[in-house]
Amino acid sequence: MAYFIPTAPEDVPPAELGEVELYHAHSWITRWVFCQDAKVIAIQYSLTALAIGMVALVLSWLMRLQLGFPEAFDFIDAQAYYQFITMHGMIMVIYLLTALFLGGFGNYLIPLMVGARDMVFPYVNMLSYWIYLLAVLVLVSSFFVPGGPTGAGWTLYPPQAILSGTPGGAEWGIIIMLASLALFIIGFTMGGLNYVVTVLQARTRGMTLMRMPLTVWGIFVATILALLAFPALFVAAVMMGFDKLLGTSFFMPAIVEMGAQLKYGGGSPILFQHLFWFFGHPEVYIVALPAFGIVSDLISVHARRNIFGYRMMVWAIVIIGGLSFIVWAHHMYVSGMHPYFGFFFATTTLIIAVPTALKVYNWVLTLWRGNIHLTVPMLFAIGFIITFVNGGITGLFLGNAVVDVPLSDTMFVVAHFHMVMGVAPILVIMGAIYHWFPLMTGRMYDDRLGKVHFWITFLGAYAIFLPLHYLGLLGVPRRYFEMGETSFIPPSAATLNEFVTVMALIVGFSQLVFIFNLVWSTFWGKAAERNPWKATTLEWQTPEMPPGHGNFGDRLPIVYRWAYAYGIPGAPQDYLPQNVPPDLARVDELPEEEKRHKAAAGGHA
Amino acid sequence: MNLLQQLREKPWLPSPGPVVALRDGSTFYLPAATLGLRVFFAVITVVFSLLITAYGTRMAFEDWRPAPQLGLLWFNTIMLLLASAGMQWARWAARRGDRDNLAIGLLGGGICTIAFLAGQLQAWRQLEMVPTFDVMSPAIGFFYLITGLHGLHMVGGMVAWGRAAVKLWRGLDVMRLRLSVELCASYWHFLLVVWLVLFALLFSGNDNLQAILVFCGIR
Repeated sequence: MAYFIPTAPEDVPPAELGEVELYHAHSWITRWVFCQDAKVIAIQYSLTALAIGMVALVLSWLMRLQLGFPEAFDFIDAQAYYQFITMHGMIMVIYLLTALFLGGFGNYLIPLMVGARDMVFPYVNMLSYWIYLLAVLVLVSSFFVPGGPTGAGWTLYPPQAILSGTPGGAEWGIIIMLASLALFIIGFTMGGLNYVVTVLQARTRGMTLMRMPLTVWGIFVATILALLAFPALFVAAVMMGFDKLLGTSFFMPAIVEMGAQLKYGGGSPILFQHLFWFFGHPEVYIVALPAFGIVSDLISVHARRNIFGYRMMVWAIVIIGGLSFIVWAHHMYVSGMHPYFGFFFATTTLIIAVPTALKVYNWVLTLWRGNIHLTVPMLFAIGFIITFVNGGITGLFLGNAVVDVPLSDTMFVVAHFHMVMGVAPILVIMGAIYHWFPLMTGRMYDDRLGKVHFWITFLGAYAIFLPLHYLGLLGVPRRYFEMGETSFIPPSAATLNEFVTVMALIVGFSQLVFIFNLVWSTFWGKAAERNPWKATTLEWQTPEMPPGHGNFGDRLPIVYRWAYAYGIPGAPQDYLPQNVPPDLARVDELPEEEKRHKAAAGGHA
Repeated sequence: MNLLQQLREKPWLPSPGPVVALRDGSTFYLPAATLGLRVFFAVITVVFSLLITAYGTRMAFEDWRPAPQLGLLWFNTIMLLLASAGMQWARWAARRGDRDNLAIGLLGGGICTIAFLAGQLQAWRQLEMVPTFDVMSPAIGFFYLITGLHGLHMVGGMVAWGRAAVKLWRGLDVMRLRLSVELCASYWHFLLVVWLVLFALLFSGNDNLQAILVFCGIR
């Protein structure tokens, strides 16, 4: 095969996008507060998400204290317990995970990885963050209103969500929650439009879709999912708001409360469930797909191997995204449905395991015979694979209607979704923060503290959630404020609950090590060398580190190869960045076999 | 290269040609704002599709009673049609660089839109006056919800329309206004189509949606 080597100026097409009119800050306020630079917006998103995430972490401790040591804490009554559950779930899923993966990593990495100077609509991008912050503040305000936040559970099922027996149902709690969600969705839509259009329109020369790093693919497809799934939550929130404020009966059946007939009738609570889960299931993949993408890149870089089956990985992301819209009712087996529907949704749920398993195999095959460096990001990436397989397999159990019905209201489900959607993505977030920390700050984190943090978090998460599987199989119910004495649950279950609570406290406190490491290293860490992980992707090839305004200095980079040119035999370095022009002479001096390898790995344009 | 060809690319193989010009006649050769608006159309489509689905699901219940018919909605529909036509007039004028006709189209489109929104508000009041009005009736609830959301989208469009009008007023070159006018026209056409679907399926007697439900075996 003859390789084309661009030598003449006309071989390289001119920039398709003229130099964009870049946003320039003129004051401290417009540079660091009302800033339109995607990197600053990313950091604002991330810090806000982590801050509200810490609130949710504390709420989980309070729940665990009640479960482990019932009646030991006077300030935790049943009402408070349900409020803790609701706010913990909603904050973690939406305000932390979604915001951090898409608003945080999306904003920071998309322009840098595709070779753009910024997002295509910087002003709208800035608005997106401020509306998100407003949504968070509105949510937090519910802690301070009469009656406190809603305690309807994170799924907010009607009719109980807006009835007076539910915490926050008669007062402001539920209204504030619905308003905050609507704001979040409006803000996210503004950001999401940016991410999608930037990936499609602002890629630099040579950056074909199939040369994009999988991180960008994951965030891109997750954003499309979110843009199409969040409207369902928006519609549900508006309709429930109407029911609560205007007295309509979209979701409210005729109902008697405390002996009195309420002014509702004819509504369908199941309709809410369909709308909620039409959003709720894609939400799982809105969180998982960026994690899949990021972990692919972490593994490839730190094992010095090209990702195994790149095309399959891209297609799997797209297929998982598509399938995620036709599995939602597996969350509703216990709501009752036609058996054929149950069969359909069980089947689609099991089918989605195929592309997902394909990704897991490809990660493992990337590691196989790789030059594995057990750096902190790599430890978190491997921790993710193991955890995701554990959580995924219990998902296969629960995807079957006959298995789900007896387990649905037990701790088994809690354990399952925390493994697959809580611990696994959080491990990726931590790995990603360690991986890109040198790029963002120009300094290295403390490696020893990072490893301590990993092992406590990883082993601690298993100490928390493996016992919960067992408790669930025993029949310990979820959502119960207090179990009391139950004949089929042995007293040892209470001892196990105490153990889980202690572990949750330890893992929670160990996150202080993480925060200390980040803060200390940002100011006093060892200066990072350029491209410390020897990565090929464009974000590490910027003229300055951290990347400066406009990302790439005078000229946008030109991309000559894919993002996974690692482990090249005979090359002076074992990797070739995406923007390094081909060097035929060096390849020609190699033996024929190695020449082929090198060419295949990206040595030619 | 179209999208499917791009997705079949084998990036690990050396590229046999020069550095790829991504947007050389390819799928996404569009201004970013145009593509952004199209993605937004997809989002709006999902919102209204879900509402229509919810409406249809609710219609299948035994206790369903359709909302009272309002003749005013026909007038409002004509106003929106005229608004859309005005925007198209402005778009054609912008392409020709014809400032006067652009102003006429933009102004006419704006006035008709305001008439549409005022008509929708009037329809809300008329419905409230009907003796059988009952806020618990799902059909009435859906009417307020769906027309309200559609109206809010129109109000959002009027913000963009207002910006374009101010630029025109200040004497900005027509060619520099062209993209704004193009986007406004697309948005108006899109919301017109959405309204026509809503009107035909939900607010002109329910017979059409009923026929679809019967055809699907849902009712």
